[in-house]
Amino acid sequence: MQKSLLIEPEKCTSCLQCEMACSFEHEGSFNPAKSRIKVFEFEHGRRAIPYTCTQCAEAWCLHACPVEALARNPTTGAVEVKEDVCVGCKVCTIACPFGTINYNRDSGKVAKCDLCGGDPQCAAACPTGAITFVDSDWTGYERMKAWAAKTDNQPRA
Amino acid sequence: MAKGKTKAKSKAAGGWQGQVLVVDLTKGEAKAEPLNMEWAQQYLGERGLATKYLYEMMNPRADAMSPENVLIFATGPLTGTMASTSGRYAVVTKGPLTGAIACSNSGGKFGAELKFAGYDLLIVKGRAKKPVYLHIIDDKVEILPADGLWGKTVWQTEELIKAKHQNPLLKIASIGKAGEKGVLYACVVNDLHRAAGRSGVGAVMGSKNLKAVACHGSKGVTVKDPKRFMKVVGDAKQKLAESTGRKELTEYGTNAMIDVMQQFGGLPTRNFREVQFEGVEHINAQAMKTPNAHGHTNLVANKACFGCTIACGRIAHIDKQHFSIVNRKEYWLASGGLEYETAYAFGPVVGVDDIDALTFAGYMMNEHGMDPISFGVTLAAAMELYDIGAITKKDTDGIELKFGNAEALTVMAEKTGKGEGFGKILGLGSKRMCEKYGHPELFMGVKGQEFAGYDSRALQGMGLGYATSNRGACHLKHDVFAEDMEDQTGSGKAVPVKKSQDKVAAIDSTGLCLFVTAAWGVPDFAAQVDAACEGSWDEKRLYETGERVWNLERMFNLKAGLTAKDDTLPKRLLETPAPSGTAKGKVSELGKMLPEYYKARGWTTDGKPTNQTIARLGL
Repeated sequence: MQKSLLIEPEKCTSCLQCEMACSFEHEGSFNPAKSRIKVFEFEHGRRAIPYTCTQCAEAWCLHACPVEALARNPTTGAVEVKEDVCVGCKVCTIACPFGTINYNRDSGKVAKCDLCGGDPQCAAACPTGAITFVDSDWTGYERMKAWAAKTDNQPRA
Repeated sequence: MAKGKTKAKSKAAGGWQGQVLVVDLTKGEAKAEPLNMEWAQQYLGERGLATKYLYEMMNPRADAMSPENVLIFATGPLTGTMASTSGRYAVVTKGPLTGAIACSNSGGKFGAELKFAGYDLLIVKGRAKKPVYLHIIDDKVEILPADGLWGKTVWQTEELIKAKHQNPLLKIASIGKAGEKGVLYACVVNDLHRAAGRSGVGAVMGSKNLKAVACHGSKGVTVKDPKRFMKVVGDAKQKLAESTGRKELTEYGTNAMIDVMQQFGGLPTRNFREVQFEGVEHINAQAMKTPNAHGHTNLVANKACFGCTIACGRIAHIDKQHFSIVNRKEYWLASGGLEYETAYAFGPVVGVDDIDALTFAGYMMNEHGMDPISFGVTLAAAMELYDIGAITKKDTDGIELKFGNAEALTVMAEKTGKGEGFGKILGLGSKRMCEKYGHPELFMGVKGQEFAGYDSRALQGMGLGYATSNRGACHLKHDVFAEDMEDQTGSGKAVPVKKSQDKVAAIDSTGLCLFVTAAWGVPDFAAQVDAACEGSWDEKRLYETGERVWNLERMFNLKAGLTAKDDTLPKRLLETPAPSGTAKGKVSELGKMLPEYYKARGWTTDGKPTNQTIARLGL
């Protein structure tokens, strides 16, 4: 089974545990400035929305890379950056429609979510279940179920 | 103005960044210095470490509003880590409201950002000739003119600075008009609605002509033993997640307390004339979640501070049809909502039960940068002055300052924030205002600072804690709630108060929030500090550190001219029995508890640390 990150913003409290977990996994320090997942707040914190790479099936970053530094991990389905190949040209950052692949000036390479090799630390750290790691084919399952529960609500004869 | 790169790390291993940023506004200079690691080992961080720096850097007798006062923004070794509630920082300075050491703690995201920029402490000295703000991007520190910012609200200031630098990642701590105009309980507000709230630390910032500190950091925080740290913080977070106290805080926020205090009869009402409030059900946590007659629900979301897995913060909005905002679209937004202390200070203590009026008063506090507790309790005293005829409509700009008048609350909150009319008098705080009108006995507080929402007649240990708190009346410098609820006499309270003051002083020095004590004991904190910080940290050492911090604060106050006479409560609590509730007929037993407390502290009978105590703590 391939899995995807499922993000449910209505559960997010903007605590940034996900950003710290991400930077700790990839950079070895707690450093939200280097996180590949970011939480955005709107209207004085009324809404908080975690956002990161969705691992597009038709990945524009991957197609745009001139040196083939981006490749899909066949096990996790994540598009990963080969740091030893990346030349830091940033063309992928232009190609990505969502802005979720970014240049890191310290390393001179780009960085993006790689699903931590199949055990995403943001999901593990999230205290409210706003970020979970679920079956890619059924990211909508719980939402479907919730709406389904609202339909058949007439008393039985 | 001053500009330049700064770098001066000391050899810090784990937790601490090893660097202190010293800004001299008189000279217009900013430079980084190595953190004094010897002091870090003795005082840990945040509250404790800042107290040590303050004690060594200034004359405690200096006027709090003079350039000689030193203003310190301090993070702890766990600030900015994955430990739960790691977003705390403290503002430590000499307080203008009290003349004592001020230590105000805040959450939000600013504290962690300051740490990520590479600094354990930001120390501000002197006074700028003209209003300025600090712009800190890692090693690059600028003192920039605050033209176009001075006179603006906290909310406008954050927006203007982010726009000017085209940097939405900046985290900002600033003052509003209250801080500029010297409201004696002005606070420092960060991230729109979190605040270093008490004792007037924002007035000190204003006296230095410092409008804001804007900061972004990309350095990250590392710890001594990352593997062990992740294990212990993971276990601690799990423990917190499972605790009942935590679940209640998440579900209801701190305002769950208002029902507890109401039932117990410890809810100060109408300037402490009473201890129970008939309007509680209109302003409690349940009322925040319940739609009103127009279908409007006050609460819209729960909000966490940096790193916090509790999220007790509330985001609320005001009914658009409410008189306070019906013609003011700028307030048709959601922002920081009621917590217990704001609900108390705009509710029972002034006798108001209009939840929208309370929420609006909260907006005013955040926008103009004022302490809601001191404001509410000062307004309560003004209402009592009005009630007994000591002041009239002539004094109050024509406003009927009756207990229970919601409009008086909203209008005076705004006037005080803007320094207009009778608001200027309210901005002096209750003590000075009551003295001005010839009724000093109506001031409800200690050392010039107003009480939080707990009555000392119902909660005896709380009364002792208020009387001996180093920053004036405060409910957050000790924790004997369970003991107070169980036994309503003053017997045997001195030792637990002393011990919990030491505990809290240690927790306040870590960079974590007191509210995690819903689930964690001192050993839980010790395990996390020990995995993060150089040296070996256990329960005993944390208690000892806290005791050291407490005594150093006391020594600052003694040098500043305070004496044992200041460790007292208003007559009303010592002589007038509680009129209802579980403590009906009781007064505070402070007179009995205080000598026991001094003894437990290792102080003389006139409240001074003995030479033995000073030597034992290595002060």
